[in-house]
Amino acid sequence: MNTVTKTYWPALALLSCFALPASPALAGDDAAAKTVARGKYLVTIAACNDCHTPWKEGPKGPEPDMSRMLSGHPESMKVSAPATLTGAWIAASSPTNTAWSGPWGVSFTANLTPDAETGLGKWTPQTFAQTIRTGRHLGRGRPLLPPMPIPMYKNFTDEDLAAIFAYLQSIPAVKNQVPDPLPPVANGG
Amino acid sequence: MRAHRSCLPRMLTVIPSASHATVIAATALALGAWARAASGDVAPLPEHLRDTGLFTPGTTEIDPRNLAFAPQYPLWSDGAHKRRWIYLPPGTAIDSTRPDAWDFPVGTRLWKEFAHTGRVETRYIERMSDDSWRFGAYVWNDAGTDATLAPADGVTLERNDAPRGRYDIPAETDCRACHEGAASPVLGFSALQLSSDRDPLAPHAEAQATLDLRALIERHLIKNVPASLASSAPRITARTPVERAALGYLHGNCGHCHNDNGAPVPVDLALAHTAGSDAASADRVLHSMIDARSRFRGHGLGSDAPLIAPGEPNRSVLLARMRSRNPQIQMPPLGTQLIDTEAVALIERWIDEQSTTSLHTSWESNR
Repeated sequence: MNTVTKTYWPALALLSCFALPASPALAGDDAAAKTVARGKYLVTIAACNDCHTPWKEGPKGPEPDMSRMLSGHPESMKVSAPATLTGAWIAASSPTNTAWSGPWGVSFTANLTPDAETGLGKWTPQTFAQTIRTGRHLGRGRPLLPPMPIPMYKNFTDEDLAAIFAYLQSIPAVKNQVPDPLPPVANGG
Repeated sequence: MRAHRSCLPRMLTVIPSASHATVIAATALALGAWARAASGDVAPLPEHLRDTGLFTPGTTEIDPRNLAFAPQYPLWSDGAHKRRWIYLPPGTAIDSTRPDAWDFPVGTRLWKEFAHTGRVETRYIERMSDDSWRFGAYVWNDAGTDATLAPADGVTLERNDAPRGRYDIPAETDCRACHEGAASPVLGFSALQLSSDRDPLAPHAEAQATLDLRALIERHLIKNVPASLASSAPRITARTPVERAALGYLHGNCGHCHNDNGAPVPVDLALAHTAGSDAASADRVLHSMIDARSRFRGHGLGSDAPLIAPGEPNRSVLLARMRSRNPQIQMPPLGTQLIDTEAVALIERWIDEQSTTSLHTSWESNR
């Protein structure tokens, strides 16, 4: 290999990346990465972290604890009864912003990480899309409770929902068994 | 209800352990379906039931080309009286190559009428030329002379003859949630449900219609039926008559969501039997219930309560959820406000007659 070739080899190699058509595998990877990036963007602007990531006290006040990103209400934080509210108040939240008390009882935000036993690890894209579309747990079970903004989120396009799910399946799994909802005081069911 | 609001669900089914790339590939497939659905190629559902082909034109009499049928394990719908019909285009036949997922020809139409004192609604599904299905519900007027298309988001009717004076017409998304969870979106029309070997203990059993599996075969309305199904009417294999009826009830009422051959909810519970419903099928179903623990704790039985506690109905989560109509607890979660007391009694009897040993023994002996 002469000097000229050696000098220009890296540049030629780089150029070839642009000049040659991408292999199907690379194109697929790129599309997958774009989908995940799109999902991350949507999760961020749709404020999913506001309720599904436990909050902690930070230097500037409460902030999402990203070490537990999107893992839902911490199983270590026990809540046994709805809040007692007086006056004009109708709802209250826990310091983590993951437990909500109101006329519906107490709701706990879900673990959205891909943990197989406590999160969305066994879900399919279909399960996720149906859950958002129907406002039902697992897509066809009990009604989801406030403050989950289903009336707004059910208007996501199919493409958006697929991207959000792809992103949620890409984040670190956190094992955290979120408790089931508590009924309102007058409805023990 | 409007047609084709989403084709995403069926196209996006992937195995739970799918790799990231598989998820993305499935997503790409879904987007193709979504694009077709959004293209507006499909005509909207008719505004009136009379325009779906159910009646002889100009009447509310059923068109004789629509064939009545009755599944042996009907879905509990708060005691509503039901009638059902299927239409297969002339010269076509259902393909039973996959006996657990019958493939219906394009143009297939099915109707299910719900009535209390009078007719309340008629649900309708139809297979389209692109192989998708569309779903609609038609609400009858008080005079019983006409039924019109319900809103896609569903509607609650005030009906004095309905339980608690209220009747919920399901949203299209709820229709799809149940129908698209099974191996075939046509529920209640399968080899086991249409078997001529009817279960005498099946809750809410209806008179058998003339269109059973044998009739389908003889009239060449179905093809590629496995020889075993053609020669012997399917029947759930069980240790006792009570167990046969219990498993049949769970098949008909729960199997469309809890199965292992469709798009089930991810809870590791398979209550749908295979077409032949042989011993292996029963053992598969029993095995999924034996020692099963639910992630759901809201039933009040404690975190260690099993789905089925042999010999102990009151410790069995399955029964606790059947006995509840708290929307956060009840099973099934859709389409019912009233506890199915006849079914609860059957399941109680079944659990009561079990012993841990016999259940395990049955499963182990057939492995």
